[in-house]
Amino acid sequence: MHTIDCGHICGVSSPSIGEAGRTGDWRESRPVIDHEKCIPSKRNRPSCFLCWLYCPEAVVKKSIPVEIDLEYCKGCGICAAECPAGAITMVAEGSPDAG
Amino acid sequence: MDTNTDVQIITGNYATALGAKLSRVQVIAAYPITPQSPATEALSQFVEKGALKAEYVTVESEHSAMGVCIAASTVGARAFTATSANGLAYMCEQLHWAAGSRLPIVLACVNRAMAAPWSVLNDQQDSISQRDAGWIQIYARDNQEILDSIIQAYRIAETVHVPAMVCYDGYVLSHTVMPVEVPSQQKVDEFLPPYRPHTPIDPSTPVNLNLVTLANPRPNADGVLCHGYMEFRYLLQQALETCLDTVAEVDREYGAAFGRSYGGTHWSYCLDDADLVLVAMGSVASEATVAVDQLRQRGHKAGLLGLRLYRPFPKRDVVSALKDAGLVVVFDKNISYGYAGATCSDIKAALYDSDVRTPVHNYIVGLGGRDVKARELADAAERSLRWVEDGRPHKETEWLNCHI
Repeated sequence: MHTIDCGHICGVSSPSIGEAGRTGDWRESRPVIDHEKCIPSKRNRPSCFLCWLYCPEAVVKKSIPVEIDLEYCKGCGICAAECPAGAITMVAEGSPDAG
Repeated sequence: MDTNTDVQIITGNYATALGAKLSRVQVIAAYPITPQSPATEALSQFVEKGALKAEYVTVESEHSAMGVCIAASTVGARAFTATSANGLAYMCEQLHWAAGSRLPIVLACVNRAMAAPWSVLNDQQDSISQRDAGWIQIYARDNQEILDSIIQAYRIAETVHVPAMVCYDGYVLSHTVMPVEVPSQQKVDEFLPPYRPHTPIDPSTPVNLNLVTLANPRPNADGVLCHGYMEFRYLLQQALETCLDTVAEVDREYGAAFGRSYGGTHWSYCLDDADLVLVAMGSVASEATVAVDQLRQRGHKAGLLGLRLYRPFPKRDVVSALKDAGLVVVFDKNISYGYAGATCSDIKAALYDSDVRTPVHNYIVGLGGRDVKARELADAAERSLRWVEDGRPHKETEWLNCHI
């Protein structure tokens, strides 16, 4: 395994998905969304998306229903804290509720 | 003699300003501190008068000054700053950032004692304390060498992509006038091509620079295996080791172009047949040449090794210069607290990796501007000689002129 062929002499990378590695494996608990409570899902239009807005890792997709990319979600819980409908619950990884 | 050159009677600080101007620096960011201030004042006047086409950024601290230089150098501008003592210490975090980013910034360090207690006078504790930041360190011994070394430093730094400090003693050189031959802009332009950054950045293809780098190498988004932290540090070490040859080569080329060179990594005085070798760096080394003359008059085969380059440390050259010495006496204008003078420790380490087993004695001199005369250096060297003649090769580090 050699790195010299990358040609870099200082740290450089292109902004892209996963450029900091597979950060999803840092997670201790995962966000689980109850789509019955989620405002965009209920009204079938983009009326909230606060989880998308607040996610520091940009792993929430602005779709209906919203989707979280667990490959990169670090499990910080900001989405659960910000959700006005209480639709997101942080569930310990490995527990039966984690799915 | 080149008729396009002129000789000016100037201070070391003004020589620095002229060296930076002739190097066509494009961004200057500096915060005034004694005894550096006149160097940056002169540069701000050049910019104000339109004699130097550069951006002079006034900042609120030395940390910010280096931050501005890092940003400027990253986007492809030749950047310059100057500082002293606590100002250099305040830059410390950014010094490491500049070296790790491999940016060829040049910094004039006007050597001054570190507080506390407060002092504005000279020793070399400030730059020596930044020894391990990954910067090249050149120590000049007179005002001509200061001007020439600033120009050389850009060539060296931009060749190996490592920032460089040109260090010179506060007041002893910074505020003392000497004749200095100022080369023509045309000749400097021929010697120093425009700066090209190693990693050009372009808004149309955005990149992250110096991102969080994990311990182990890993592929980037394109699947290319990239360096981990340790590989980057190895590259910096490798660049500094290569730099030993670069410094010598650049100095030789400078000599061919301008008629002045400084021995590259080191210089010597009466060394060829010397049995008693004095070692020093900066203006104290100039003083030691007079001590060598006095020692010769007293019947000793004395010589001097002057260190011009401290980092990277010219280990091979030092061993080669000291291989025939019967006794080596190192004068340090600094101290690594709790051990010994920094250059002495490095010299001992270099000799240990060779077959040379000459006794090496260490004197700490001139801290906080304490005067040190050539006669006192000669007396110390004679004292060391008697010590060895009495059958005691090893001697504890001695503080010269300390009246405790």
